[in-house]
Amino acid sequence: MPTDKDRVPAARLLFRCLCMEQFIQQCVNALQWGSFYALIALGYTLVYGVLLLINFAHGDVFMVGAYIAFFVSTFLLSASGPELPQGAALALTIPATVILTSTVGVTLERIAYRPLRRKGAHRLYVVITALMCGLILENGNLALLGAGRKALPELLEKQIYTFGSITVTNLKLLVIFTALLVFVFLQAVVTRTRLGMAMRAVSWDKFALPLMGIPLDMVIVFTFALGSGIAGLGGLLFAMSYPVLDPYMGAMTGWKAFIAAVVGGIGDIRGAFAGGFLLAFVEIMVAAFLPSTFRDLFAFSILLIILWKRPTGIFGIPATTKI
Amino acid sequence: MQRHALNILMLIGAAGLVLAAHAGLLDNYVLTVLMFMGINIIFASGLNLVNGYMGEFSCGHAGFMCVGAYTGSLLSAALFAGGKLFGAPLLPPELAPLFFPLILIASGLCAALFGLIVALPSFHTRGDYLAIITIAANYIIISVIENIDAIGGPRGFFGMKKTVNAMYNVADLPWMLLWVIISVVLCLTLLYRLVTSTGGKGIAAVCQNEIAAEIMGVDTNRVKITAFMVSSGLAGVAGVLYAHVYGYVNAQAFNILKSTEGLVMVYLGGMGSMSGVVLAAVAFTLLVEGLRFAVPALNDLLHGLNLLPGDFEISQIWKWVIIPLILILLMQFRPEGLLGNRELTQIFPKLKKWVSFK
Amino acid sequence: MALLEMNGVSQRFGGLHALLDFNFSLEEREMVGLIGPNGAGKTTVFNLVSGFYTPSEGDIAFDGRDTRGLTPHRITALGLARTFQNIRLWNDMSVLDNLRIAQYHRRGYRLHDALLRTRRYRAAEKRIEDKCRNILGMMDIAELAEEFPKNLPYGLQRRVELARALSTDPRLLLLDEPAAGLNTSDVDGLIRLVRWIHEEFKIGIWMIEHQMKVVMSLCRRLMVLDFGRTVAFGTPEEIRNNPDVIRAYLGDGTL
Repeated sequence: MPTDKDRVPAARLLFRCLCMEQFIQQCVNALQWGSFYALIALGYTLVYGVLLLINFAHGDVFMVGAYIAFFVSTFLLSASGPELPQGAALALTIPATVILTSTVGVTLERIAYRPLRRKGAHRLYVVITALMCGLILENGNLALLGAGRKALPELLEKQIYTFGSITVTNLKLLVIFTALLVFVFLQAVVTRTRLGMAMRAVSWDKFALPLMGIPLDMVIVFTFALGSGIAGLGGLLFAMSYPVLDPYMGAMTGWKAFIAAVVGGIGDIRGAFAGGFLLAFVEIMVAAFLPSTFRDLFAFSILLIILWKRPTGIFGIPATTKI
Repeated sequence: MQRHALNILMLIGAAGLVLAAHAGLLDNYVLTVLMFMGINIIFASGLNLVNGYMGEFSCGHAGFMCVGAYTGSLLSAALFAGGKLFGAPLLPPELAPLFFPLILIASGLCAALFGLIVALPSFHTRGDYLAIITIAANYIIISVIENIDAIGGPRGFFGMKKTVNAMYNVADLPWMLLWVIISVVLCLTLLYRLVTSTGGKGIAAVCQNEIAAEIMGVDTNRVKITAFMVSSGLAGVAGVLYAHVYGYVNAQAFNILKSTEGLVMVYLGGMGSMSGVVLAAVAFTLLVEGLRFAVPALNDLLHGLNLLPGDFEISQIWKWVIIPLILILLMQFRPEGLLGNRELTQIFPKLKKWVSFK
Repeated sequence: MALLEMNGVSQRFGGLHALLDFNFSLEEREMVGLIGPNGAGKTTVFNLVSGFYTPSEGDIAFDGRDTRGLTPHRITALGLARTFQNIRLWNDMSVLDNLRIAQYHRRGYRLHDALLRTRRYRAAEKRIEDKCRNILGMMDIAELAEEFPKNLPYGLQRRVELARALSTDPRLLLLDEPAAGLNTSDVDGLIRLVRWIHEEFKIGIWMIEHQMKVVMSLCRRLMVLDFGRTVAFGTPEEIRNNPDVIRAYLGDGTL
């Protein structure tokens, strides 16, 4: 017969187990949430690495990606009727979304940023233009499509796997897996392909590039296409996870992803992932143990402290000035 | 005499406005627009010190406006309104007109202090970091205020309305208009004196070649921090006025969109041009208010001509498509802004003999 | 006591030694030259002296005061001024303002004086303006006071930069390739100008220069650097005949 003395540690152990499981559950959520941040942060980091431009419209490109996913999938499902298997709809939506969103990013570059660059305008003007393009994207969307919320049709039949009290949906796994895949893919692109190496070269010396026989504009277009395509992929996955779309969904997420990119060390692909996951981890943990209104407060404060202690971010290299 | 022509003209204009408002010739809407014009002038010309003269990029300046607005409102509520949070008012309401300038100054200083906290880590590092840190600061400030339930949290705060009413009870004058005009004049004088002094020219030197500035003896870190503090202090003053003109304050009114408005005004007017930014603030306020009427008119017109599908309405949100578009076009074709780094007197040298600023 | 003293100064960038065990001293009102092939570390020396870099090892003392850890503007306030290899003027303000800002550290008033336009402010601004106009006059460019540097020809920009450096009230002036980009007749003018400045302002001058004509005719002592090491130090005559110097410039012939 257990005495009171024995019972207390047992209860504690049980409590600890629950906490541990809850912690792991939150970690899984953080990995999913961090994947979104990472996918957006990549676009910021790629463009910054090449042009030293903070592309403030990028968060809204992510939003546009989610809307494109909505239109494409709705069109596919309604045009083909019920005989199209669900997996096929998803398989068609992914490339269509990625391609269309990269087109949006490249279009922005062509009509808004490139003319300014050609004129040799101050970097600040390009940043303002980017900020304004973002406003146009989100408000234009609201003005054209109205305030009615759009909901993405279900593209993936939900499956829930449970391990103990930890539940994981196939969608979560898909998101995390995709983020990892994108990471591997990008690392391969920048270290193995000619264009990828050219991207890295531009960030070192813009004027050396034509000597390598690659036009600068091509590298820039490639960078924007890559970044926007990944943001579009992120938008699609985000819309699948949280199916209600909103024109301003990209703004806040975008700002945060940008800060994540900076914390990771802007211009570095590993940094975008590290920063994204770190930010998501902080946010999820704060939301799990404190009122959710504190989430932004903690997230931004912790990031500021990291920047203060390590201004170049986790993977950043300090810039040197020559005189 | 001639040299003071502009000053006299402005004085007459200001007196005329106050008298007209006093006589009730201006309806409430016009009066409010005029006051917001003044507030925008203070906010934008303060921001111009950092984003224009110094060439840095403060992206979340509305956060300091928020600090000023809340400090001022709380002070004013504690002094004259009282309430659950403060108990009985500390001062009789008759003193409200006397103490309002002190409230303005105190909240300006408080906002400047926040500016210092933001500036200290930002200027240690690379240029872009100011943009990031100010954005984060803007979010943090709003988030903190929304989490303090005692001052209304996300519902906003009302207490300062009583101070405004107390002033109207003391004397029947258009008090808020008066304060806005006085603040605009004082803030612009202060800025002008700062940027024309040898110490203040260090700000432009930092912008044009920071290394040369440091090596020629300019304490660049101090210059940057001072400029940023003055700039955020002015944003704070604009915030107090905003809160008292509205009679209500809500943290979300000072989000990134408000910061963006400030940026639009600075870059519309021309970075580093005081007269340019003042003109831009006026033009911007008029544009926003003009679009308020123009958009429904356009909607009716297009529907009248059957150019639009019947169920599609052009809503007010188009305003926020048109304004960024204007700025994008400006950046493409006249990136230096309306006046671009020059003052009106430099563009029209003939103006010089009419103008004397001290 | 020497005006500038450098003892065992080394500077590393990563694994690279830009400067190795550098010893040097410069007396009050002395004019010394620093020469060496490209990449020898000459500008690094100036960057160390002006506080733009902190030395990895060694001591630098200006007027008997240790300058390690001081920011460049503090060192300027002690009486050190310099010009740059690539001209670094503030292009969007007048020449007069360029000189005025160089008086920043001697302005002698505080922020509130400027905002309230106190008597102290007005007196200081008047003194600063008179001084700057005076220097412009002495440098023969008084008529350029209201011009913008970006609109001036290269030679005049160099002259304005010199005037700006003098406007900081230096006791030691570092000139980083003052003759770069000047044509032959300009170079003769520059030699006269630098000699005149040296006598008129009674200051020490230390210059980096590639054109032998300039250093040989101006400096009593010359120092030669190569790959961060001091190769030779002596009078122009000694330097001219030093085999190490010839090797540094022409290579040692054992390719």
